[in-house]
Amino acid sequence: MVAIALLAVITAACGAKTGETTAAGGAEEPGVSGDKIKVGILHSLSGTMAISEVSVKDAELLAIEEINAAGGVLGKQLEAVVEDGASDWPTFAEKAQKLISVDEVATVFGGWTSASRKAMLPVFERNKALLWYPVQYEGLEQSPYIFYSGATTNQQIIPGLDYLKSVNKNDIFLVGSDYVFPRTANKEIRAYAGANGMTISGEEYTPLGHTEYSTVINKLKAAKPAAVFNTLNGDSNVAFFKQLKDAGITPADMPVLSVSVAEEEVRGIGPENVAGHLVAWNYYQTTPGEANEKFVAAYKKAYGQDRVTADPIEAGYIQVKLWAAAVEKAGSTNVEKVKAAAGGITLDAPEGKVTIDGETQHIFKTARIGLVESDGQIKEVFASDGPIKPDPYLKGYEWAKGLS
Amino acid sequence: MDILVSQLFTGLSVGSVLLLIALGLTFTFGQMGVINLAHGELIMVGAYSAFVLGGIAGEGASLLVAIPVAFFLAGCLGLVLERLLIRRLYGRPLDTLLVTWGVSLVLQQAARDIFGAPNVNVKSPPWLDGGLVVAGATLPYVRLFILAMVMASVVGIWIYMTRLPAGRRMRAVMANRQLAACSGIATDRVDLRTFFIGSGLAGAAGVALTLLGPVGPTLGTNYIVDAFLVVVAGGLGQLRGAVAAALALGVLSALLEFQTQASLAKVLVFVAVVAFLQVRPQGLVVLRSRALT
Repeated sequence: MVAIALLAVITAACGAKTGETTAAGGAEEPGVSGDKIKVGILHSLSGTMAISEVSVKDAELLAIEEINAAGGVLGKQLEAVVEDGASDWPTFAEKAQKLISVDEVATVFGGWTSASRKAMLPVFERNKALLWYPVQYEGLEQSPYIFYSGATTNQQIIPGLDYLKSVNKNDIFLVGSDYVFPRTANKEIRAYAGANGMTISGEEYTPLGHTEYSTVINKLKAAKPAAVFNTLNGDSNVAFFKQLKDAGITPADMPVLSVSVAEEEVRGIGPENVAGHLVAWNYYQTTPGEANEKFVAAYKKAYGQDRVTADPIEAGYIQVKLWAAAVEKAGSTNVEKVKAAAGGITLDAPEGKVTIDGETQHIFKTARIGLVESDGQIKEVFASDGPIKPDPYLKGYEWAKGLS
Repeated sequence: MDILVSQLFTGLSVGSVLLLIALGLTFTFGQMGVINLAHGELIMVGAYSAFVLGGIAGEGASLLVAIPVAFFLAGCLGLVLERLLIRRLYGRPLDTLLVTWGVSLVLQQAARDIFGAPNVNVKSPPWLDGGLVVAGATLPYVRLFILAMVMASVVGIWIYMTRLPAGRRMRAVMANRQLAACSGIATDRVDLRTFFIGSGLAGAAGVALTLLGPVGPTLGTNYIVDAFLVVVAGGLGQLRGAVAAALALGVLSALLEFQTQASLAKVLVFVAVVAFLQVRPQGLVVLRSRALT
């Protein structure tokens, strides 16, 4: 009995060690085996974040299917290895390591919460493997082994604040989930407010997955802010908006600007609970353009007419195509060659023309503020003047000097 | 002033939700010493049945129809669980814990396979929109409805336990199983009934929860810990204890959350319960009996 237990412990320890030291990313042509190229997809398919992430996985699979139908990459067909991060950050790191060392994928498309990205970052840097991260985040990061296809602070949060200022909502209450993204974003918002004559009347955090919002709503009623800046993620948004509406607070009294609520989340929350509130993204299903019409049609055809497209879904879709273009340009899946070739690559994306900024490994994106409508779609009410150059460390802003 | 009223009502409301989810557990845990970790999933079954009914019947009447349907469905599922698995494990609490934990995982995955991993939206009926304005505070009708539902459940259970012979038999088995068996009570039938009622209450709680937040496969896991806290703090199998503990915990967590933050309030409530159990490990209300066990 003891001998068996001892044997099991030794085997497990040996197994863990091998996983740590293999640097498959340093391989010449990672992912290539015969006439196939393996790529990894790592999202939360269960848990509190599944409401948002399952559809991003679907978009990435759609892009892979389209690339394969058009002949693949470097003449080889792409094969996706899908893993579930289960809304648990250590699981993301573990599965990322598995995709890199066991499946030996060429690249990984994955993550949503900044917590998952921060957990995966050391894995990708240690193994010199590539991660493509499709979600808006708080900035102040620029890993050499991550490409960020979602918005950074100056492409989403700051335009959102500019919009609130332009409609004279100068007193803001901050509500967010308790992890790195809302905490960092709120620090940035405070710095912006200080420099722009806006006041912050409150800052509340709830654990991820929290569903009891009466107290937070009472605090909102006590503070009576002009607007609420919402950085809640996952299921919490469902509870928050339902309970906000039941408490009798309307968008006219207290508009809520959310940065993690898109068409997919609106579907889960119920459009009647979110209608009239604002969101800040770079893409909406209603964004005009031929590329978007084709994308929405293909997505609905593949997954059902009642499905919707949203910013992270679109970012997941285009990042696969951007990676494929970089590989074609580099002529190889070798990570260093792909990184070198990626800068300057453009794509006619559903959100408009995007360009990869090689220096920061982010992409140029147009900021769009939207109003949620009662049918669940989002109508754009403001757009920036063309794509914004990514500035993850907010170097272009005087008030951001103390932040990173 | 209106914030104080709002906050007190919030405490009452949180307490009522806690009581709703813990009511069923009070009986299965208290009656049979069965640590049923699948209780959260029975809540989930109730919530999903409300979702399915909402799809079939439309929102309005479906809530009132959903409550008894969910009660029945969850109760039957509880019966199946008891018959197949738990009755083989009486007197073995650790084994029931493991087995019911496994069942909860199976039920969660089944929900994922049938309904999908992302949450589903259950629309509240239009007649529950808005709130009652009292002393400047808005008391949402949804929460008033849940409060009413909880009060009706408590009254119903009290009547069952004090007036109906079946309920008195249940109390007899809870007080002293061997003496009850000697007196001619079919203890395994009583256990079945208790489990049915306990699980059914969980199902009804699930329907109420659809009015408040998301319905997903992990709905149960959010509430199971709180349910056990209430049961243990209130005293096993004691209705009065569960009511008192749920209200106390609800008001405490609402007040703490108002003064601090949600995460900190949760921690402080746990600390308070642990401290309370150090002083009074048997819970708030205890059945005094001459039994040696």
